[in-house]
Amino acid sequence: MRTLAETTQEVLSLAAKHFQLPAGSLAPEDDFFKKLGIDSLQTLEMLSRLENHFGIELPDYEVQGVSDFKTLAERIQSRL
Amino acid sequence: MLDLSKYQSIGAALRDALDTFAGEVCLIESDRDREKERLTYREFKARAHPLARALQDGGFVAGSRASIIMTNQSKWLISAYAIFYAGGVLVPLDYKLTPEEQWQLIRHSSASVLVTEYPIWRQLSGSAGRAAATALQTILVTEAPPNAELAGAQRWEEFHGADEPVFVARERTDVASIVYSSGTGGRPKGCMMTHENYLEQCVALTSIYPFWPGVRYLSILPTNHAIDFMVGFFGPFTCGAAVVHLRTLRPEYVREAFPKYKITYVSLVPLVLKNLQKGLQARFDALPAGKRKVFDALVAMNKALTKSRPRPGLSRRLLKQVHEAFGGELLTIIVGGAFTEPQTLQFFYDLGIPVANGYGLTEAGTAITVNDLRPFRADTVGKPLPGMEVRIVNAAADGVGEVAVRSKTVMAGYLNDPELTAETIVDGWLMTGDLGRFDAFGHLQLAGRKKNMIVTEEGKNIYPEDIESVFEGLPVREFCVFAANYIWPKRSMTGEKLVLVLHLETGQAYSEELRREINARNSRLLNYKRIHGVVLFDQDFPRTASLKIKRNSLAERLAELDSSSAILPL
Repeated sequence: MRTLAETTQEVLSLAAKHFQLPAGSLAPEDDFFKKLGIDSLQTLEMLSRLENHFGIELPDYEVQGVSDFKTLAERIQSRL
Repeated sequence: MLDLSKYQSIGAALRDALDTFAGEVCLIESDRDREKERLTYREFKARAHPLARALQDGGFVAGSRASIIMTNQSKWLISAYAIFYAGGVLVPLDYKLTPEEQWQLIRHSSASVLVTEYPIWRQLSGSAGRAAATALQTILVTEAPPNAELAGAQRWEEFHGADEPVFVARERTDVASIVYSSGTGGRPKGCMMTHENYLEQCVALTSIYPFWPGVRYLSILPTNHAIDFMVGFFGPFTCGAAVVHLRTLRPEYVREAFPKYKITYVSLVPLVLKNLQKGLQARFDALPAGKRKVFDALVAMNKALTKSRPRPGLSRRLLKQVHEAFGGELLTIIVGGAFTEPQTLQFFYDLGIPVANGYGLTEAGTAITVNDLRPFRADTVGKPLPGMEVRIVNAAADGVGEVAVRSKTVMAGYLNDPELTAETIVDGWLMTGDLGRFDAFGHLQLAGRKKNMIVTEEGKNIYPEDIESVFEGLPVREFCVFAANYIWPKRSMTGEKLVLVLHLETGQAYSEELRREINARNSRLLNYKRIHGVVLFDQDFPRTASLKIKRNSLAERLAELDSSSAILPL
């Protein structure tokens, strides 16, 4: 089982890859709307990518209001 | 369709619809690739009546208020019907608001019943705002896990009355719903919508975009929104059509829903429509040169053949693959909630997928104008719907002035705010605060806003006053949030942004530390509510005797600054 730190790192590297950013350019506290300049729809696409990677289902309500990678990783971790 | 002119209330019309179309499918609910629910009108009634009875057994009477905070799903509509059947007033709230904002509106509406989903209730029950909602007596929570802590709520699924409920008649002029068009800050704008507002709006809209048994409407816009309430509930139900709900709103599941459920209509906000356009354009661009040439020729042919009116059968044959991706039966995409760029509308029309573009606001009972597609016009928001009187007030030489509306669909007023109601409805005319002009063909063209607010591409109305509290305590002399276009008027409905105006202390500089502090506070706001820049102003803000900022006078003074250099990026 992954630790939260590992999950967080995987979320960051997957997001960086999905939005074609250099590896290591994202930090856990980053606001992904702002840092990636993405809208709510692009966020949903990123979530689908993360679901496939981790093999989980993240209901929409779980990610409601979440805007930073750290909280997102916590929500994913709770479903692993 | 039922003859709605015969009905006095939403509840009465829906009651007859459930009997008239008893054997037709009214609801389909899907979660990812799993279909969770499929109900006929008869089954819908069987679910709603015990709920209505239990509400009545709990003291719910004519005029009692019940709030729904739910994502789009079957229990939303079942609960709403039970509330109307029992003569209640519906208070639909946005599930995307914060718990504090939701409690504020529950309190403001004096709702005695709350219907919500367990994940939402988990957040709501933990919020401090609960204590002030003193009118709230009954809380119903759907889909709570077996051992869940309900914190004073009851399970929706077990809230059943044993006897048949008693239908409670209402008059057309009675309030049916309180719909918050905005105002989670200091001044909630609770639009009191009457039964007549809905009945008349439904007649007007379905005269142009009809529903019938067999039609399937994909409900994506939140049902608390006036558009989805009308075209994703009341409209289809009074015509015997079906509504499809998706519990997971990811682009891939939305895409799959079109062919899977053979969708006829869908409503989208401009942001989603633009995204759809981007995806399709990328697929067209990836076609090999030869195929692309053929495709372009077919689009050109479709465009020429549908110049005067849509011809769905012909378009589906010409551009088969595109239409099959949308299920092959899509008739129209309804777009609303915000302004849509003409080139996006044209893109879809050229593919044979008309977009019903219109203009409206909650206060006017959803739509005021809509494009009737005869012929399609991408550059306007269409002509007034039947029964709508629309005029331009204080028009300038170019014909642009404030859009005013008079019709049976205009709300009764704002709840508990006669002052704001009197400012908004003048001599029976709803002053929209939007600017526009009529062209020679009677089509309305929007030209910007007179009011200090923005509408995002996601269809969210943001009033500066509502987000100012997040900046309270900022170490500056004074501050104020504005819609940039309110200060520097633009003849445009797109790219609207909010700016934070700062008056610094004497000798204070706009430091990096202050910028960071603003950024930190800004990130506490939901992404679509955030400010996009800072404007520095070195004079005292004009204020009233009670020390409120005179926003219009301040805006006039700010307008003297050069907008291109005055807005500092964050």
